[in-house]
Amino acid sequence: MSDKKIKSVFIQGAISSEFIGKSIAKHQTKTSIGAHNIFLGQVRADVVDGKAIKAIEYSAYEDMANAKFYEIRESAFEKFELICMHIYHSLGTVNAGDICLFVFVSSPHRKTVFDALEFIVEEIKAKVPVFGKEIFEDNSHQWKVNN
Amino acid sequence: MILSIKYFGLLAEITNKEEELIDFSRSYIWELLEVLYIKYPNLKNKDFQVAQNQELVPFETEINGKEIVLLPPFSGG
Repeated sequence: MSDKKIKSVFIQGAISSEFIGKSIAKHQTKTSIGAHNIFLGQVRADVVDGKAIKAIEYSAYEDMANAKFYEIRESAFEKFELICMHIYHSLGTVNAGDICLFVFVSSPHRKTVFDALEFIVEEIKAKVPVFGKEIFEDNSHQWKVNN
Repeated sequence: MILSIKYFGLLAEITNKEEELIDFSRSYIWELLEVLYIKYPNLKNKDFQVAQNQELVPFETEINGKEIVLLPPFSGG
């Protein structure tokens, strides 16, 4: 049942709510699943020196990023009793308020998906070479730093 | 040997390029960085990591690939 084949993680632009909804619907046939958990990263309109961020432009060292996503996936399946796991990350421009990261895990039981989701999101933030250029309303920019 | 050097994010802004070829005759990453610091003095005080064969490596590592990648702090998600 494990859904382990390598898929493309990157999506050009924002991740739509339709895409997320369809993704959930696709799992209705997998009836050994008892719990899903979803993380959605949303672009925040932070204000820096009086200017609000209007979008983030994402770039990535894609070869290494895909290898790291694969490693994270493998270690998550090893650590947790997961039936399915999906990761999607945006590349290119994502406007404030739109979704740039979608992580979706499914398991027979709830405790597993709470722990697995946190592990996966933290691993992505720490290990995947993705870079966010924060664009302000006046088109100036700064480079995003993860805390 | 001819190395392909790639730059991402802020580093690509500093070097004003995403990729370049450098004819390099020494052995270690840190020796390559010395060459790059002369070419791009502003790189020197920047926080970055180096990847070889798609893995992060310490600057003391011997160069054994054809592609060396300079990566600023990751900021995905």
